[in-house]
Amino acid sequence: MNKLSLAGLLGLVVRRDLLLAMRRRADVLTTLIFFVMVVSLFPLGVGPEQDMLRKMASGVVWVAALLASMLSLPRMFSADYADGTLEQMMLAPQSLTVLVLGKIVAHWMLSGLPLVLIAPVLGLQFDMSTQALGMLVLALLLGTPILSMIGVIGAALTLGLRGGGVLVSLLVLPLCIPVLIFGAGAVEAVNSGMSAVSNLALLGAFMIFALVFTPFVAAQALRISME
Amino acid sequence: MQQAPILEVKDLACERGDHRLFSGLSFALGPGELMQVQGVNGSGKTTLLRTLCGFMQPVQGKVLWSGRDINEWDDSFHAEMCYLGHLNAIKDELSALENLRMSAGLAGYSVNEKQAVTALRRMGLQRREHLPVKVLSQGQRRRVALARLLIGDAHLWILDEPLTALDVGAVGLMQELIGEHLSNGGMAIFTTHQPLQVSGVTTRLLNLS
Repeated sequence: MNKLSLAGLLGLVVRRDLLLAMRRRADVLTTLIFFVMVVSLFPLGVGPEQDMLRKMASGVVWVAALLASMLSLPRMFSADYADGTLEQMMLAPQSLTVLVLGKIVAHWMLSGLPLVLIAPVLGLQFDMSTQALGMLVLALLLGTPILSMIGVIGAALTLGLRGGGVLVSLLVLPLCIPVLIFGAGAVEAVNSGMSAVSNLALLGAFMIFALVFTPFVAAQALRISME
Repeated sequence: MQQAPILEVKDLACERGDHRLFSGLSFALGPGELMQVQGVNGSGKTTLLRTLCGFMQPVQGKVLWSGRDINEWDDSFHAEMCYLGHLNAIKDELSALENLRMSAGLAGYSVNEKQAVTALRRMGLQRREHLPVKVLSQGQRRRVALARLLIGDAHLWILDEPLTALDVGAVGLMQELIGEHLSNGGMAIFTTHQPLQVSGVTTRLLNLS
């Protein structure tokens, strides 16, 4: 029997979560359909005023993405906690931080990436320009991983609590405000003919910062929750 | 120079929600030794085992592995132990084979399909390898979880009620597995309400309460 390397462990956790999601497809689809519905409600409610829709488009898409990503957070560890897999993860001879990183990657692929891919289609309902759509996708691509990474800390802290689902949103949403501001700001900048580089640079910086710290913090939070 | 693997518990006291479960507990477990933890419901058997794993911190006392406090060990302590709790840690959606390969992976081993199938067959799960675990019975699920013991080279087995839901044949198989583990220089501590006799080994009894 060979020993598993750290990269092998990371791959294993991602593969496992994706495989489980494929066997339970409804969970993945609810996040995506929620996102599509919330974004589509705005043009219906506001009416066909193109100027107003164009102005609010990026904000609406970002807020909906934020809410949709909250939807799947409580499920991130709850099944593993309930069936004892999390105990085995804590006892893994390799670092728990890498395991958590694997969970984050899988979570983003299942609940962040689909939103990024469907966003341009939804943007058309708001009569967004091609450049604005491109920037929206780029900003979401940088921003949604941050949402998963901040969210994982909340999910780890609220593990095993009653009503943890609502609590995790209350904990995590305020922390996501900077991502919302700079993500929506990037699209605004393109709309008003300015450069979005500063917004994207800040989003990128947030992402690297989160990538370095959040898996470790979430691993510590899990240890606390398991006691 | 690595000391011989030995589990020592010194003056251990554990509480659960302000209620003192046991205190002043001391014992040592060396290679080839088997210990059964006994006690009435609620006497702290599971708490003791979880404390040995490091999930819970004792109110007082220490747990030492090879002479060092388990809190001071890095993750390499985990490589030398295998814990099997009340919960099976298997996924209903995955097949027995997938479950075993995943849990072996979490324990740090890369297992190919042939090795996993061999382990499952040994546990009496012939022709069940590719079925989703949700269609298996409770006893068969427990066997899938126990198959993890066949993978890897952990010195210390910590088993919480390993015989739950197992039939007579499987209990015999467990006795055989524990016997092999001990004769290879391993050690095991377990809780059970059923008698478990391993040939050639005197089971040491630890009575809580």
